[in-house]
Amino acid sequence: MREIALHLLDIAQNSVAAQGRSIRIEVHEDLKNDRLWASVKDDGRGMNAETVRQVLDPFYTTRTTRKVGLGLPLLKLAAEQSEGGLSLVSEEGKGTRLEVSFRHSHIDRMPLGDLATTFLTLLVSYPQIHWILLYRVTQADGTSEEFFFDDVELKTELGDLPLTEPEVLSFVRKMLEEGINATKP
Amino acid sequence: MPAIKSLDELKKIREEAIKKKEMKTAPGKTQVIVAMGTCGIAAGARDTMRSILNYVEGQKVSDVTVTQTGCIGLCEHEPIVEVIIGEQPKVYYRKVNVEVAERIMREHVQGGKPVESNILPLQS
Repeated sequence: MREIALHLLDIAQNSVAAQGRSIRIEVHEDLKNDRLWASVKDDGRGMNAETVRQVLDPFYTTRTTRKVGLGLPLLKLAAEQSEGGLSLVSEEGKGTRLEVSFRHSHIDRMPLGDLATTFLTLLVSYPQIHWILLYRVTQADGTSEEFFFDDVELKTELGDLPLTEPEVLSFVRKMLEEGINATKP
Repeated sequence: MPAIKSLDELKKIREEAIKKKEMKTAPGKTQVIVAMGTCGIAAGARDTMRSILNYVEGQKVSDVTVTQTGCIGLCEHEPIVEVIIGEQPKVYYRKVNVEVAERIMREHVQGGKPVESNILPLQS
């Protein structure tokens, strides 16, 4: 999986599996400090310290916690190989926050990829979850642009009309694509 | 903020979509499920999902629920897609790339005829 947006999709599935009701995805391309940060935060059931340790170890996860799988250890390795890292903070009953960072200009840093499709996929597949996306870009001169999307307003307006109605889908897809593309460095 | 600016547009879309829905006779509920565990995503399930959503949008397919599920333990067959039409038994598809996903939408979901070449023989 050589795309940060695909890993975010994978991580968000863990948040869904952990019964998160509100899930926030953040991506920050900070060109001023040459960093790329991405995080997924949920209010799901959380994990104890032992489980947190295990999910980052490929030799434990493959068999004992199949639901989490190999995704996280490989992402951690990829982050460390481009002068970044991965941190996982979790509290039982409160939720989990996973953050990954890279040196933005590192030659081995994986591309951000298609954030709009990742988010559209999640929004459509899990309409019962409250989704929040924040995509921020800080230019080398320190000025920032951001695209913030909270699905509350959209869902209030839609009522019981599903997101998979063609016209609605078209509206949401364009809004995400245009918002994200306009923010890209 | 684009989200707030276009709310009026969304209201219009909503009203039109509801009108269209009322005009149609309700067929059996159709569900398309894409397996999106780590194995599925690594095998290209997000592109499969995108292809299905593009079809829904492009061909104006109404009343189809598109959702996802985790790893179902058949990682070597990923990307896997399940199709449920009304009371009919669930059909599992294997190796659903972008092209196969489009065929499934056209021939099975809309045409009612399963795409034999990619069926995963499973009992649901």
